Amino acid sequence: MKIDRRCFLSLGIGAVAGITLSPMPWKSTDDLSIWTQNWPWTPVPPDGAVTHVNSVCTLCPGGCGITVCKVDDRVIKIEGMEGHPVNEGGICALGLSGPQLLYSPTRIKSPLKKENGKWREISWDAAVSEVASQLSKLRTENNSHTLACIAGTDMGTVPALMKRFLTAFGSPNFIKQVSSEDSYALAMKQMQGGSGLPGFDFHNADYVVSFGCGILEGWGSPVRMLKDNSNWKNDRRKKTVQIDPRLSNTAAGADQWIAIKPGTESFLALGFANVILREFLYNPNFINYYSSGFDAWKETVLADFRPDQVAQVTGVDPEIIKSVGREFARSTKPIAICGRGEGSTPVSMAEASAIHALNALVGNINQKGGVWSVPKPDYVSWPEIQLDSTAASGLAKSRFDGAGTGQYPDATHLPNRVSDALMSSDNGIKALFIYGTNPCHSMHNTKAFQNALAKIPFKVSFSSYMDDTTEFADLVLPNHVWLERFEDVPATRSLEKPVIGLAKKVVEPLFNTMHTGDAVISIAKKMGGSIGAAFPWDNYEVCLKDTLGEQWYALEKNGYIETSDGSSEPWSQGFQTDTGKFQFPDAGYLMANQPLLIKGGEKEYPLTLIPIDSLRLSSGNTGSPPFMMKIVSNSILLNNDTVVEINPQTAQQLGLSDGASAQLTTPAGTIRVNVHYFEGIMPGVVAMAKGLGHSGYDAYLANKGDNYNQLITPVEDPASGFDIAWGARAKLVKA
Amino acid sequence: MGNADNKETAVDHSAESKPVVLFFIIGFAASLIFGWLIYPSLLYSKKEQPIDFNHALHMDLVDDGCRSCHYFREDGTFSGSPKLTECIDCHEEVQGESHDEAVFVEEYVSKNREVPWLIYAEQPDCVFFSHAAHVIMAEMDCVTCHGHIGESTSLRPYEENRLTGYSRDIWGKNIENMIFLKKNTWDKMKMDDCADCHMKETGRKTSVSTQKDGCFVCHK
Repeated sequence: MKIDRRCFLSLGIGAVAGITLSPMPWKSTDDLSIWTQNWPWTPVPPDGAVTHVNSVCTLCPGGCGITVCKVDDRVIKIEGMEGHPVNEGGICALGLSGPQLLYSPTRIKSPLKKENGKWREISWDAAVSEVASQLSKLRTENNSHTLACIAGTDMGTVPALMKRFLTAFGSPNFIKQVSSEDSYALAMKQMQGGSGLPGFDFHNADYVVSFGCGILEGWGSPVRMLKDNSNWKNDRRKKTVQIDPRLSNTAAGADQWIAIKPGTESFLALGFANVILREFLYNPNFINYYSSGFDAWKETVLADFRPDQVAQVTGVDPEIIKSVGREFARSTKPIAICGRGEGSTPVSMAEASAIHALNALVGNINQKGGVWSVPKPDYVSWPEIQLDSTAASGLAKSRFDGAGTGQYPDATHLPNRVSDALMSSDNGIKALFIYGTNPCHSMHNTKAFQNALAKIPFKVSFSSYMDDTTEFADLVLPNHVWLERFEDVPATRSLEKPVIGLAKKVVEPLFNTMHTGDAVISIAKKMGGSIGAAFPWDNYEVCLKDTLGEQWYALEKNGYIETSDGSSEPWSQGFQTDTGKFQFPDAGYLMANQPLLIKGGEKEYPLTLIPIDSLRLSSGNTGSPPFMMKIVSNSILLNNDTVVEINPQTAQQLGLSDGASAQLTTPAGTIRVNVHYFEGIMPGVVAMAKGLGHSGYDAYLANKGDNYNQLITPVEDPASGFDIAWGARAKLVKA
Repeated sequence: MGNADNKETAVDHSAESKPVVLFFIIGFAASLIFGWLIYPSLLYSKKEQPIDFNHALHMDLVDDGCRSCHYFREDGTFSGSPKLTECIDCHEEVQGESHDEAVFVEEYVSKNREVPWLIYAEQPDCVFFSHAAHVIMAEMDCVTCHGHIGESTSLRPYEENRLTGYSRDIWGKNIENMIFLKKNTWDKMKMDDCADCHMKETGRKTSVSTQKDGCFVCHK
């Protein structure tokens, strides 16, 4: 037998024939194709019996009730709580993305101390001791008033503990972030007395005039507004009017959109008032028997805010001013609201009081379908603090932000004055607590605030994430996230029936974090003396149960309690002003009605920049989680560039084509942008989204787009001291 | 002289071709054996279940058949393989004399550790399967898809495809299932098997392209 090449060839052919007639190649192909689709990084929720825990979402001030679905210990979904008075089973994209925030790989896992520019993990004992020793030093130097706290809110037990600590320590400088709600509350205080919060009975209102409020963009309590908006749409007897310089989602969905020159809303409000006064359409009962100062106010409004005059300033047709003014007054339950977009920037006192006066003109105050002055929840009531002499002398010093003094007698919090005060004084803040807020992203003229912050030698953040502010801190005492802690959550934003929710410990804390309530109590006890004595509770849970008292059981069972039964004082007892009546603002106030804008001449800065708020992008204290970055459209962010909306007419005048790269400059700064033609924005006005331009958080959010706030220079409202900068003068040049 | 030459050539020729044919046969046979016998044993890894559970024994002791341990929860989801709490009702302590039960009580019950059962019928993550739709709505029998596991006295080994990670039950226990029709409905549970039954039982041809039931029915 001759074995040669042909044999091996035929061996090969035989093998191929055999293999082909066996399952191997066919099964391998099938298996390989399956193998290529096995992606181990695709997360799959665990299988098993689902348990539900009711809690409250704290990611924005809305206060929605949530139902958290778990399989064993793993949170797999967050849904809105059915039947909850605020959101009735609804939920927004941020609340829904909650599990990503809970399990985020960028969570701060233990206390951190900054050494040589790098973060080092330390124990809780070390962290608490460090704070106690740094603060004790301040006391021995008689500088207890140089401790300050900037917080997101002042309601609830944890902010109350912070405030209590500062008081026992000897500092008046508890500063909370303010919004348009604070503007309206201040207007109400001046016109009605008392210190209630504005609540709006939208459910029973039948005509809503919104001065730029982002009803579908996160104003008030966002999900509640979405639900009420649906109710309005479904009822043909109800009408909504949106006053907006651009065609926002709210404007697109409203019954009537009034395009207005930005910043002139207060003029339009008084234009409506003029029509109502001229044609005697106001509520005579309320005006004649329960108001004061009406005649003087009426005289000024009739003289200086005629439709043709208002048209000049606002660009709104006088006929529209008349028709809407009349419709407003003739409706059964009309409400006017203010607070541009999300409402996070305060409005001027002139604007807030003009709009509240509109509501008063039609007598829709403190009654069904109207605007309410809602008493703040007062369940946090603790024994008086025994101050020692250091504390007493510290507390006697005036507040660092100037609130309550001199020029700003009615203001209670002025966070916008902090950076100026820091830069101008040498004996400024020496220690700062930052809780529930991200000012290094949210303050206007952000760069200036960051520079001012650098002057503070000791900064402590309680954030659970390495956000833009925490990056600058010296010490981090990370809080549990909302799903890991018990806490009372007062929900008041725009609600005429506020609700107190109970956030529950849905899962055991994942990391070595500590409830900020416990952190404050620990620091106080470590410092001892009168400070320690002011915190008689063993831990935060004891404090919470103690504070809530009998209400704890109802809260634990239902997840929330409603604090008001919807009844109110009749008008004869409802106003705590000097006259006991509703006080119309004086004429001087009205004359301060200038469409305030920051420096920058019209020649150098021919355009006006305004912000865009959206429920698809978080611009509050919580940065957008990865899920939400997936729903941001190309008209907001393109690749990593902020997109700027511009009217095609204006763009063509500037020689900018759709999609072109450009440089947007304001007196405060300059950024690179992408141009987007939009017919729905006024010529001469450009808009960009808020919520981008983070340096902190994670790869999905950091360094995408730019921060709107860094382009805005604060504008101080002379009447309140709030920063009311609703925009900036700008120029847009081809890149 | 010419004849002798021809004969020689013929002999040479046949002598030459024999090894070629032989090698062909060798190659053919070897690859057939490899493809049909060796390849499957290489492809599948065999894992024993952590505890050799005796279904037949337990079926005699319970009232509701399969549903005694494999049941629907209140919200309609299917419980799957029972958790430790089901077994503890009886097996807090050793009940019988088998070695496996002793191991179960010692290693799992007393340490409160769930038994890591290997699931034969587990479909890939891309598949949405609802027991409620098949058992409650279509009133199907467990045996139709799972075979006579209730009568078994031990658990057969779990064979896992090393390439795809799926159980052998999905592709088919016998490799010839690929070519021949399967004998039992539970021999194979790939997509086409589900689709065939869907076609037979519902007659739906919702998908225009495949003329079978719509893709979205199982691939959500």
